[in-house]
Amino acid sequence: MSLSPDAERADAPLLTVEDVSKAFGDNQVLRSVDLTVERGDVVAVIGASGSGKTTLLRCLNGLETPDAGVVSVAGTRVDFASVGSAGAKELERARGSLRDQSAMVFQHYNLFPHRTVIENVIEGPVVVQGRSRSEALEDARALLERVGLADKADSYPHQLSGGQQQRVGIVRALALKPSLLLFDEPTSALDPELVGDVLLLMRDLAAEGWTMVVVTHELQFAREVAAKVAFVDAGRVLEVGPPAQVLGAPREERTRQFVRRLTHPL
Amino acid sequence: MDIDWSLFWESLGPLSLAAVVGTIPLALVSFVLGMVLAVAAALMRLSKNRFVSGLARLYISVIRGTPLLVQLFVVFYGLPSIGVVINPWPSAIIALSLNVGGYAAEVVRAAILSVDKGQWEAAYMVGMNRRTALRRVILPQAARVAVPPLSNTFISLVKDTSLTSLILMSELFRKAQEIAAFTQEFMLLYVEAGLVYWVICLALSSGQLRLERRPDRHVAVA
Repeated sequence: MSLSPDAERADAPLLTVEDVSKAFGDNQVLRSVDLTVERGDVVAVIGASGSGKTTLLRCLNGLETPDAGVVSVAGTRVDFASVGSAGAKELERARGSLRDQSAMVFQHYNLFPHRTVIENVIEGPVVVQGRSRSEALEDARALLERVGLADKADSYPHQLSGGQQQRVGIVRALALKPSLLLFDEPTSALDPELVGDVLLLMRDLAAEGWTMVVVTHELQFAREVAAKVAFVDAGRVLEVGPPAQVLGAPREERTRQFVRRLTHPL
Repeated sequence: MDIDWSLFWESLGPLSLAAVVGTIPLALVSFVLGMVLAVAAALMRLSKNRFVSGLARLYISVIRGTPLLVQLFVVFYGLPSIGVVINPWPSAIIALSLNVGGYAAEVVRAAILSVDKGQWEAAYMVGMNRRTALRRVILPQAARVAVPPLSNTFISLVKDTSLTSLILMSELFRKAQEIAAFTQEFMLLYVEAGLVYWVICLALSSGQLRLERRPDRHVAVA
C-alpha cells in the first residue's frame, strides 16, 4: 500500500478492459471480455488458436476496433460503443490516443525492411513524437547496447537472425516510452534455440517494472514471470488468476485440457 | 536493292537530334507527370470513399479502353472546336501523361497492396497516421516492387511518342517522314528511324536491368 500523495492514481489499474465485444462478420471473436492489469504487472494471455486472444490484444491499441466495450490505458479511456457512432474521425482520434499509451511487439517482428536497425528504433520517436534526432539516436544506441545488438545498429533487418530481429522489435517498442507493452506471441515464429534470448529479455523488462500483456504459448514463462494468467476460450476470459492457480490447479475443465495439451503434446 | 549509305549517315544527325530534343524530353516529362497521376489515382482507387475510388476507376477505365491516338486527337484537334487551343508540345504532354498515368495507376496500386499488412500495423503502432504510414513505410517498399513493370511502361512510352508526329510534334518519327518525303527514300528512312528507337530502348533496357540487379540491401526475398 503506497502512502504517496498520488496514491490513488498509482494504485489504479494501468489497464482495464470492460465488456469488450468484437465480431468479424458472423464470427463473434470476443464476447464481453473483462480484464484488469495492475501497474507493473505482467499478465500472460493463453488460449488455443482462434480463441480470440490476439484480437483482444489488438483491441488494446486500436489495431482492431471493438464493437462495444471500454478500454482504459493509463488514464486514457475509450468507450467504443459511443465512439463507433461518432464517425470515422472521432474513431481515428480515439484509437490514436490509446496507441500513444502502448507499444506492441509482433509475432513476425514487422520491422521496416527498408530501414536500418537504428532507423527502425528512432522512426516513432523522431517522426511521430517529434523528439530530436540526436537524442533519439542516443537513446536507441543505449537500448541496443542493452540487448546486445549495438554492433547491428547499421544492419538491415534481413541481415539479422529471427531472435535478433525480435529483440530489435522490443527495442523499437521500448523507444516509444509507452506505459504498457503488448506482446503478440513474440516467440512463436522463432527457431527453438532462439526463443530463450527473447524470453530472458522479457523477464528482465518485467523485473524492471514494465507493465506487460503477453499473448503466449510459453507456459513456463507465464508460470515464472506473470502475476496473472488469463485463459481465453471462445472469445471469453474463462479463467484468470495467479499462475499457480490457473496453470497448476485450473477450475475449468477447458483450461485443464488446454494446459495438459501444452505440457504433454504427445 | 541499293542502299544509299551516304543518305543514311547524313540523316542520322537530324534524326538523333530530333530524338534528343523531341522524343526523349517528351517521354521523360510525360513519364514524371504520369507517375504523379498514377500515385494519386492508385491512392484514390484504394480509398474507402466509393465516390473517390469510383472516379479513379473511371479514369483508368477510359484511358485503358481508348486508343492513345484517339486521346491525342481529342486534345489537339478536338478541344479547339470548344474553344480550347493547345500547342503540339503541351497537347502531347497532356495526352501522354494522362495515358501513362492510367496504365501505371494499376501497377502502383498492385505494388501498394503487395506490401505486407504487418507493415501498416507496425507504422500505426509507432503512432503514425495513414498519410505518414504511406509516405514513410508503404510507398518506399511499394516503389521497389513497381520498378520492373514501370520500366516497361516507360519503354512503351518512348515508342508511343512516335504517334505525336500526327499532331505536328517535331520529334524523331516526324523528322524521318520529312526527310523521306523530300528524298523519296521511304524504306531507308523508316528503317533508320526504327533503328534509332531500338538503340534508345536497348539503352533503357540495360538501365532497367542494372536497376533491378542492384544489390538489394533493403528487402529480403520473403
